[in-house]
Amino acid sequence: MTRVCVAGAGVIGSLFAAHLARVAEVSALTRRAEHAQALREHGLTVSGRADFTARLQASTDPAELPEPELVIVACKGTDLDAVAARLEGWWPAATFMTVQNGIGAGEVVARHGGWPLLAAVTFMSGTRHDDTHVQYVLDTATWIGPARGTGYEDARRAAELIASSGLKAEAFEDLRPAQWSKLIFNATVNTVAALTGLPHDPHFAALERPDDLGHLVKALMDEGKAVAAAAGVELGEDPWEMNVLATKRGSAHFPSMLEDVEAHRRTEIDLITGALVREAHRLGVPVPLHETMERLVKAKEESWS
Amino acid sequence: MVVAVVGCGAVGSLFAANLATLEDVEVWAYDLSAEHVEAINRDGLRLTGAGEVVGRVSATTDAGGLPPCDFGIVATKAMHTEAAIAATAHAFAAGCVATVQNGIGNEEVLARHVERVIRGTTFPAGKITAPGVVQWDVKGDTTLGPFEERPAPFAEVERLADACTRAGMPTKAVRDARGPQWRKVIFNAATNPLGALTGLTHGRVCERPDLRALASRLVDEGKAVAAAQGIELDADPEELIDYAARKEVAYDHRASMLQDVEARRQTEVDFLNGGIAEFGRRLGVPTPTHETIHALVKGVEASW
Repeated sequence: MTRVCVAGAGVIGSLFAAHLARVAEVSALTRRAEHAQALREHGLTVSGRADFTARLQASTDPAELPEPELVIVACKGTDLDAVAARLEGWWPAATFMTVQNGIGAGEVVARHGGWPLLAAVTFMSGTRHDDTHVQYVLDTATWIGPARGTGYEDARRAAELIASSGLKAEAFEDLRPAQWSKLIFNATVNTVAALTGLPHDPHFAALERPDDLGHLVKALMDEGKAVAAAAGVELGEDPWEMNVLATKRGSAHFPSMLEDVEAHRRTEIDLITGALVREAHRLGVPVPLHETMERLVKAKEESWS
Repeated sequence: MVVAVVGCGAVGSLFAANLATLEDVEVWAYDLSAEHVEAINRDGLRLTGAGEVVGRVSATTDAGGLPPCDFGIVATKAMHTEAAIAATAHAFAAGCVATVQNGIGNEEVLARHVERVIRGTTFPAGKITAPGVVQWDVKGDTTLGPFEERPAPFAEVERLADACTRAGMPTKAVRDARGPQWRKVIFNAATNPLGALTGLTHGRVCERPDLRALASRLVDEGKAVAAAQGIELDADPEELIDYAARKEVAYDHRASMLQDVEARRQTEVDFLNGGIAEFGRRLGVPTPTHETIHALVKGVEASW
């Protein structure tokens, strides 16, 4: 059986860990000791689109976990550097797959070790009820592509393993088109939601009046597309079409940045909009609207610190 | 002369109570708050703080009860202008109506209902602390001028300005009142929504170089829209922003739009950033930052 370690057992990490535990030997590396203990004692329950409880190993210390072949780094972007630092020197033969929002997660992990890297973007979503219960909400796919020291074949094997566990996954020769589509989508939808308090609902696609939110969403996405074009990336899905489609689903999704703002937590603004703005500056593409959004979200974080 | 204040909130009360101290002015107040109106009729309209005044004002919640007036002073929140003037226009059939409201676009609304309109901008501020009682926080000047599209005679503008000044509310009558108005609108539009969207006080907004630069972007777009109309600002909004950020001025001030957002009340953003963006569209001056801010604050309102 393949051995997989999921580093960071939030919503996405928990969904991976629980499903994979049905086809692999899974361990979870958690930040909190109580979390690890609860997982060891009660397992991890999935409800919603699936309904089962998985058994798995869990610890806050890599020394207590079996050496995995695949590490899925699923912590939030804001914790990524700390998690990668904790794994420094461990499991040199393992392949690390990052699933964080935004771009640049692989570079952060690479600072802490020479592991082969896979890049992934995930479109699945869920709701965390407690340390050992996660609800599987959107069963959309995870897309995987090669990054440092890996090839398409490695991405394909990881996707196959994940697909065999009951989640949706697909391998790509080049992940950048998908990554950039999602980056532009996220940089727009997350910041607009965080600043307005609106879940991702039909307001985001409204274009009737000049002050309808759809115009801003579109303008932000157009800025993002110009950056992608300057970076030589041909986008996968069109972010605006992703937006229109998502707002037609009926049940409005609460983007993670909105949840962070409501809980007065630090957001992933640096990895999402920050990454886009840094790329834009490097390439000399003006992005005044994304700069505006980045400043407002950062200032909002300051209001509760 | 007979003056009716339409919308007797904090700013309206400052005008009403002060004008009521003059022997030659009869003051009426139209307001929708029955409690406020009853208290005013029972005890007079009381100001505390920057000035101690008790004005004898005839207040009513029934617009039909207003007598024919020489002047109206409209002081409602900008989004209530239409309803307020539609209800009271009959009282000003032979009079002039001034706005001392925030934002731009109020004069245009008044002009749809009355013949003679006065463009106004006022800086005094306060808050209602109890029915019939208003705390006067900030003294300041008022500027009045004929509204170009439906102007009040200049002599009438001067007559109202003179009464306000004699009553302790220093007021200037000018031929072109757009400069002070756009200065205030640009200042408000560049600072109010940044507080509302981030939750920061005015001082903390200005301490962050990235936000202060964002305020400057908003000021620059606003100045370009003013310039395209040939409006000369009477002072630089940038200086006002930095002045207000001082500890002893308004460092700890939570913008009225932030207070609105926290109380889940509709904001005046349509008449601030929305107004500047609307003029920008008409004049072909790009205002992407005002459009962004306008859409975000409308989004906040839609989230309730």
